[in-house]
Amino acid sequence: MKAFLTAVVAMVVIAAGAYQILEVINVSTAKAGTSSENVRLSD
Amino acid sequence: MSRFIAVFLICLPVLLGLSAGSEADAQTNVPPQTSTVDSNPAVSKLDDILRRQEGLKTADDVIRANETGDPDAAMPTTDQLGTLGGASDADLWRAFRFGKADITTQARVPAATTLIQDGGMWWLDFRRGPLQTIAIYLLGGTLLALALFYLIRGRIRIEGEKTGRTLLRFQAFERFGHWMLASSFVLLGVTGLISLFGRTVLIPAFGHEAFSSVAIVCKWVHNNVSWAFMIALIFVFIIWVVHNIPDRTDLRWLAKGGGLIGGGHPPAKKFNAGQKLIFWAVILLGGSISLFGLSLLFPFEFNLFGHTFSWLNGLGAPGWFGFADLPYPLAPQEEMQYAQLWHALISLILTAIIFAHIYLGSIGMEGAFDAMGKGEVEEQWAREHHSIWAEEVAGPKPAARKEP
Ligand code: HEM
Repeated sequence: MKAFLTAVVAMVVIAAGAYQILEVINVSTAKAGTSSENVRLSD
Repeated sequence: MSRFIAVFLICLPVLLGLSAGSEADAQTNVPPQTSTVDSNPAVSKLDDILRRQEGLKTADDVIRANETGDPDAAMPTTDQLGTLGGASDADLWRAFRFGKADITTQARVPAATTLIQDGGMWWLDFRRGPLQTIAIYLLGGTLLALALFYLIRGRIRIEGEKTGRTLLRFQAFERFGHWMLASSFVLLGVTGLISLFGRTVLIPAFGHEAFSSVAIVCKWVHNNVSWAFMIALIFVFIIWVVHNIPDRTDLRWLAKGGGLIGGGHPPAKKFNAGQKLIFWAVILLGGSISLFGLSLLFPFEFNLFGHTFSWLNGLGAPGWFGFADLPYPLAPQEEMQYAQLWHALISLILTAIIFAHIYLGSIGMEGAFDAMGKGEVEEQWAREHHSIWAEEVAGPKPAARKEP
């Protein structure tokens, strides 16, 4: 039971951590399909 | 009135059947694959347009791809011009469809300049049709088979007399790894299935608004818990791979059907051949699911299909099975579509396998759950199911010990 609970806690920590890391390095699936609000007229 | 409704209901399928029949007749009278074809690769004709409206293939794609407005063929500037100059509306749409249009967009993403993509329709139809049918039959069928197995064979009991002594089977860190793998897999399975059946089952049942909240939570969980699954997968691989190398004991175990059929207990080491199969299925299918999941999580970053398809075509592999060449090159979106289908299909197969594993690890076999629950198993259970391992850990059976 202890191994199971620790595993669930670890899973939650990893998931939350992964989310934070992806936020910080600014990677998101949604961004691959949209671009910034600013219109770039050239380049 | 009720009789009228009854008659109507009875007649309805007949009417539908008849009308479907007459449609089918029309198609058999004029087999579309041959007669309306006149689909000449060199010219695009009215027949081709009619075929496309029926959703049939035409052979004029190559020339249509070039009919995208030729400035040389434009109306002379001295004449009255249409709004598009030398190009017509149809030319413009063809340019979009065949990727010939010179599109400028502010979006700096790989797929931004693909505005029309033929493969999308096939994928959408497959995802909401056959894929869901496969899911229902595969998972439902496995549950049914397990229920039947339970009814016929019942719980696999410890046959001999229990000793009251236990053997350490899995240490705490092993159980930790197993349960992280298991809990993340279950969460991923549930949230994945909710996403797959959202539009066809859950939205009609609960409405858009309720499903929206559920979908947002499911997406978050699915995307982020995936990391726990991948880490646990690597962890479990490292700690258990040594016990899962196939050897000769496995052949004997398999030849006897693991004792499930016909009874008896073929000798086994720490993991028997059935468990090794589960282990490798988890590692290989789980690994593949992870790889394609990552390609979906970071869209368009790594394309896994196009090159494989062209390589297979080069070998002539599709021809061995009587298929036409696989599509190549693929649009960026098509890469994602194939990744989605593969990710989903392999996940469904692994889920079916895991159903069987969960069954045997819990209600299916007396004494099995303790291995992952407490970490200790009844000595008699170990001697029956993993005789070689039990002897290594606890020495020969007491009865055997008396022998010289
Ligand atoms: C959620 C319910 C689950 C239960 C009750 C369960 C139970 C068990 C038990 C009792 C064992 C030890 C068998 C033994 O003593 O030999 C085991 C082993 C194992 N489990 Fe699970 N398990 C579950 C889910 C999963 C999931 C979701 C996965 C992978 C995705 C998984 C992968 C494994 C592997 C690879 C082994 C080692 C090989 C084997 O025994 O087949 N388990 N499980």
